[in-house]
Amino acid sequence: MLIWLSLLFLALFSSVAFMLGRGRAVKTAGGVARVLHSLPGYYGTYAALWAGVPAALLLLLGAMFGGRVEDAMLQAQRPAVVRALAVDRQAVFFSDAQAIASGIAPSEIAYEGELKAALDIKVAEAQRVDALIRYSVLALAGVLALAGFLLAFPRLSADFRARNRVEGWVGGLLLTCSIAAVLTTVGILMSLVWESWRFFQTVSPISFLLGTEWNPQIAMRADQVAATGAFGAVPLFAGTFLIMLIAMAVAAPVGLYSAIYLSEYASRPVRATIKPLLEILAGVPTVVYGFFAALTVGPLFRAFFNGIGAAMAGGPFPGVADYLMQVQNQMALVAGVVMGIMLIPFVSSLSDDIINAVPQTLRDGSYAMGATKSETVKRVVLPAALPGIMAAMLLAVSRAVGETMIVTMAAGLQAKLTANPLDTVTTVTVQIVTLLTGDQEFDSAKTLSAFGLGLTLFVVTLGLNIIALRIVQKYREQYD
Amino acid sequence: MTDVTPSALGPVGSAARLSAMEARLKKRHRSEVWFKAQGLMAITVAMVFLVVLVGRIVGQGYTTFQTHTLSMPVYLNPERIDASDLEGVNYDYIVAEATMKKLGVQDDDLGTTSGKVMDLISRDFGFQLLNQLKADKSLIGKTVTVTGPFKADADLYFKGQIKRSTAQEDRKLDDQQLDWLDQMKKDGSVKSGFNFAFFTNSDSTEPEQAGVLGAVVGSAMMLLITALIAVPVGVMAAVYLEEFAAKNRWTDVIEVNINNLAAVPSIVYGLLGLALFINWLHVPRSSPLVGGLVLALMALPTVIIATRSALKAVPPSIREAALGVGASKTQTVFHHVLPLAMPGVMTGAILSLAHALGETAPLLMIGMVSFVPGVPEGFTGAATVLPVQVFIWENASERAFHERTAGAIIVLLVFMIVMNAAAVILRRRFERRW
Repeated sequence: MLIWLSLLFLALFSSVAFMLGRGRAVKTAGGVARVLHSLPGYYGTYAALWAGVPAALLLLLGAMFGGRVEDAMLQAQRPAVVRALAVDRQAVFFSDAQAIASGIAPSEIAYEGELKAALDIKVAEAQRVDALIRYSVLALAGVLALAGFLLAFPRLSADFRARNRVEGWVGGLLLTCSIAAVLTTVGILMSLVWESWRFFQTVSPISFLLGTEWNPQIAMRADQVAATGAFGAVPLFAGTFLIMLIAMAVAAPVGLYSAIYLSEYASRPVRATIKPLLEILAGVPTVVYGFFAALTVGPLFRAFFNGIGAAMAGGPFPGVADYLMQVQNQMALVAGVVMGIMLIPFVSSLSDDIINAVPQTLRDGSYAMGATKSETVKRVVLPAALPGIMAAMLLAVSRAVGETMIVTMAAGLQAKLTANPLDTVTTVTVQIVTLLTGDQEFDSAKTLSAFGLGLTLFVVTLGLNIIALRIVQKYREQYD
Repeated sequence: MTDVTPSALGPVGSAARLSAMEARLKKRHRSEVWFKAQGLMAITVAMVFLVVLVGRIVGQGYTTFQTHTLSMPVYLNPERIDASDLEGVNYDYIVAEATMKKLGVQDDDLGTTSGKVMDLISRDFGFQLLNQLKADKSLIGKTVTVTGPFKADADLYFKGQIKRSTAQEDRKLDDQQLDWLDQMKKDGSVKSGFNFAFFTNSDSTEPEQAGVLGAVVGSAMMLLITALIAVPVGVMAAVYLEEFAAKNRWTDVIEVNINNLAAVPSIVYGLLGLALFINWLHVPRSSPLVGGLVLALMALPTVIIATRSALKAVPPSIREAALGVGASKTQTVFHHVLPLAMPGVMTGAILSLAHALGETAPLLMIGMVSFVPGVPEGFTGAATVLPVQVFIWENASERAFHERTAGAIIVLLVFMIVMNAAAVILRRRFERRW
């Protein structure tokens, strides 16, 4: 609330600075705006920027990090009674002190005796620190705003190059925005690497990447001492790979053949209707595919295989028949097929672009030699488009590996090392979701293992994307 | 060879060659037809998938928009209502009494009949009575007429999804309950109509009272945050990269980086949001604010890519003309190039926002799967969004929730179709060909 008020006040101050700056510039020009180096508005904007931007930045930083500074200041001194507590209880103690200080309901733990006295002291300290940070940020922002204005205002004169200065600010803003994109990558890398590093201190990377047993035990309470759990991720990689293979077995032929048909055979009206329809398929949210997989495809496949099992019963393979009759809704095949459907438009639109990029002269040359359309496609167009199509397939693989909702809703949770598509398998993304939904202790190996999986996923998909982009870049130039 | 007449080759050789060639040609044409048929099959398969997907969801979901309501008089028995403690009254039993009276049955000592009746009538009746009594205590001892929904299973029977032909132990309602429902339907107190409650209620543990309002509002708030961050930052970043940046190693790095970011799995953004926004910056969990921030980071690369291609499409002559009459670089870009690229920019922005609207996985990481029984209180309050609501309902065991899930999907798809249509119209209407 306070921050919004102060930002509003700052905006007012800034607009006053704008008026004053413009007025001063016009006045130094003797009222003749033509004499000025820049348009009068630029002078005003220059004053307003100096008055507003540094102070606003400080206010925002204060709002973002004030709480952390407060934590650090409050926890710098820990009374002996508090130090005697377990580490996590200490954290509760301090969060309770802050909650009471800001009038929020604290936890249900009752404090007595010395601890209560310590709590009261800390509550008073929290209130003091809170007020201190809040008002010092405000005061500093006020000083900055005033100083900025006083710095900028005297410089405004008829031959001051105000437009260039303002454009410098604009350029800085644009640069900052493009750096934001880089910062996102840095943020992803930092958070994944940092949390994974903490995970790899308890579980060695080798046993994580090569272990064949996945059984993260549930950390219900911090003081619980149970089995340490097994963090061998090979079953997850195998499950991800199996589902990806099934998905590509559906998406690659269907997507590629539709792209060939659309770009080489289809008439203009057919193309104009089919392409938007495929785009609809591409725009359907993945959670919808998940629903479709779990409630339509799953029961359908199960009934189909159970039916086959029943028909085979008493036949020469009693084991197979029994197995087929016990197939469940959640199997790798269901998730894989539905994911394949999801990827069809992705593969088809990428391949379509690539096939269209093959120059018409190559086709014409082939027709002139008497080749039929299919021969031209198979012997001329596809070989020319092959690198691009490979890249498209790699991108589709990357999508399949990172896809979450379909597998979460249709593939199951059991980590099994199997190549049987009728079995239930689990994937890297499913495990990340399961490990991190709900309330968890953030420091447990179980929660941190999700970041280890996330890092693996990030590295694999990044590798696939980079290879795909390199292939496209390397071979595109041939025909341009 | 042109001077060699066919007859010179001799009759035997020519005929053999000709027939061999014809055979080859036939084979080639056959393979041509087969190849074309394969392409057609692929298209057909894709279209069949689309039809089945949409058809199944509409087929499962359209009944959500229809509901059956019951109107009946309820006697507010003063013996059962303590005027000083209105909250503590067992309204469900009062409603059950009224229903039993209507059906002409008596409760037994164990309360089995009233229990069975309560399984048919929504608890919404009880809430309505409580609210009426809170407003006007003088109603005690009088008879009021209340209109409300049935419980989900009874509603499914009216819609024909629970059938009498199913064996009694395989369905939720027994024969007696079905008889009662038929009796009520016969005496005209059951009305079917459009399910407005689905759009005015939020999530609930009772399927018949669960609606999508909270999720729609949550989605709108989250998308607002995403749009406010991703669109300006993305557009400005693209303007810098396309119009201002020198071509050097740094800009190459940024460019490769943006292309790669666009292909990072969405769940990784969820992990980023969890580590950065929740654990480090202490943004409240499951709030529209943190969801919007995560989706903004996710949408940023696509907005940048779309904006860059829109800027590229503006011909250099525009820039040269502006620079020629003395505009500065900044003025050229902001007065001429960007406004001309705006339709393309907006189309790209809307499409990436539509994509963000349907995104689920990263939101599961940042605690949006919690049960939120109302409209979100603000940008930092707990909220749920449409795709996550779909996920939550899909996991619910009651059969009636499956119908609601499909209903929520239809609502979600309608929103996405509207956004995509807006993008297409914008493109058709304002796009300029140079």
